[in-house]
Amino acid sequence: MALDKNQIAQRIAREVRDGMYVNLGIGIPTLVANYIPDGVNVVLQSENGLLGIGPFPFEGEEDPDLINAGKQTITTVPGSAFFDSALSFGMIRAGKVDLTILGAMEVADNGDIANWKIPGKMVKGMGGAMDLVASAKNIIVAMQHVNPKGESKLLPACTLPITGVRCVKKIVTELAVLEVTPNDGFRLIERAPGVSVDEIKQKTIGRLIVEGDVPEMKF
Amino acid sequence: MNKKVADAHEAIRDIEDNMVLALGGFGLCGIPENCIAALVEKGVKGLTCISNNAGVDDFGIGLMLQQKQVRKMISSYVGENAEFERQLLSGELEVDLIPQGTLATRLMAAGYGMPVIFTPAGVGTEVAQGKEVRNFNGKDYLMEYAFDPAFSIVKAWKGDTHGNLVFRATSRNFNPLVAMAGKITIAEVEELVPAGELNPDHIHLPGIYVHRIFQGSSYEKRIEQRTFRKKS
Repeated sequence: MALDKNQIAQRIAREVRDGMYVNLGIGIPTLVANYIPDGVNVVLQSENGLLGIGPFPFEGEEDPDLINAGKQTITTVPGSAFFDSALSFGMIRAGKVDLTILGAMEVADNGDIANWKIPGKMVKGMGGAMDLVASAKNIIVAMQHVNPKGESKLLPACTLPITGVRCVKKIVTELAVLEVTPNDGFRLIERAPGVSVDEIKQKTIGRLIVEGDVPEMKF
Repeated sequence: MNKKVADAHEAIRDIEDNMVLALGGFGLCGIPENCIAALVEKGVKGLTCISNNAGVDDFGIGLMLQQKQVRKMISSYVGENAEFERQLLSGELEVDLIPQGTLATRLMAAGYGMPVIFTPAGVGTEVAQGKEVRNFNGKDYLMEYAFDPAFSIVKAWKGDTHGNLVFRATSRNFNPLVAMAGKITIAEVEELVPAGELNPDHIHLPGIYVHRIFQGSSYEKRIEQRTFRKKS
């Protein structure tokens, strides 16, 4: 069974370590916050100027001055801090943010990522993604293994305009967990329960390294 | 040192066609609503707007786009605006998309008196086209220029008659950076107090960067994504 979005988030949450500062992108990455294990204390960074993102507010308690980078109303947790956008990207650029989790349209087997533009269609912009991928120490991508046309999103080289070069460290899809080794390709680490190595091979057109028995994820 | 002006109309009186403006805010959070309304009423055209986002169809900079007042947007993300998309695809509007941290830091550099910054954001991408690349300590960086807007327009929570500003929560975002970049900087605030009433330790942006200040009115503070959790 392929993972649903929440299971992808749940699997990524296992990569989060106590004491980390973490930036979560829009979409599946935002869901990761719901699955961080008890006893693992992290501080979530929002690039519009907050360390210490809390849960969504209760209805009637929303504050228009308090939003996340996806423009959603949020709250803060005890110990949070506000700052301006230059300081926010300063701490990102300086490598103070330990882990960045974001979505992607394509990832190449050398770690290149494309997630900001589809030429000829609407160009929404890169927002903070180019800054994040250029500087983060550890980047995990959450995405579907194939696009809506059924084509692999794990490629020998990105076909879309790239967001950053040789930067993705790990990818979690509905089918698999893969580690990126920039010189050798995608190393298959785990497969979703009941998903065969053959299916993953078939849906990965970038170089794929399969060594020994690949364990199934447990939930 | 009294920088108080009566209202948005007086504050923007000498903004003219084809000028470069920088505007504060992230999405619709912390945008200078009063000045945008006054610019729409004044009808200045051909503007270049440096702003992280371009508003939504019927609010924020979207109101200026509707009136076709904007010739060029310099932004990091413009995905919330259908009229923007229409004008972009039809060639009426020019857009320069740049990474968000680069946008923020190019504004900051202007306020810090530094002509350029070096950032790794965009290295190896189409953002790097035509830009100088320098290698420091084994890593490539793009050289990006400080912005130089004729006017900067920001929104703060509180301000005093010297132009000292205090922001609230995440509505700070780009506002202090935009404020420091302008040749002339206009600040609209929710509460304007006489100089001396704000605690100097609590000032986020010193008034030396602000030239005109007024207390705004009728703030709508529209929310783009109203998200809640359920009471258990």
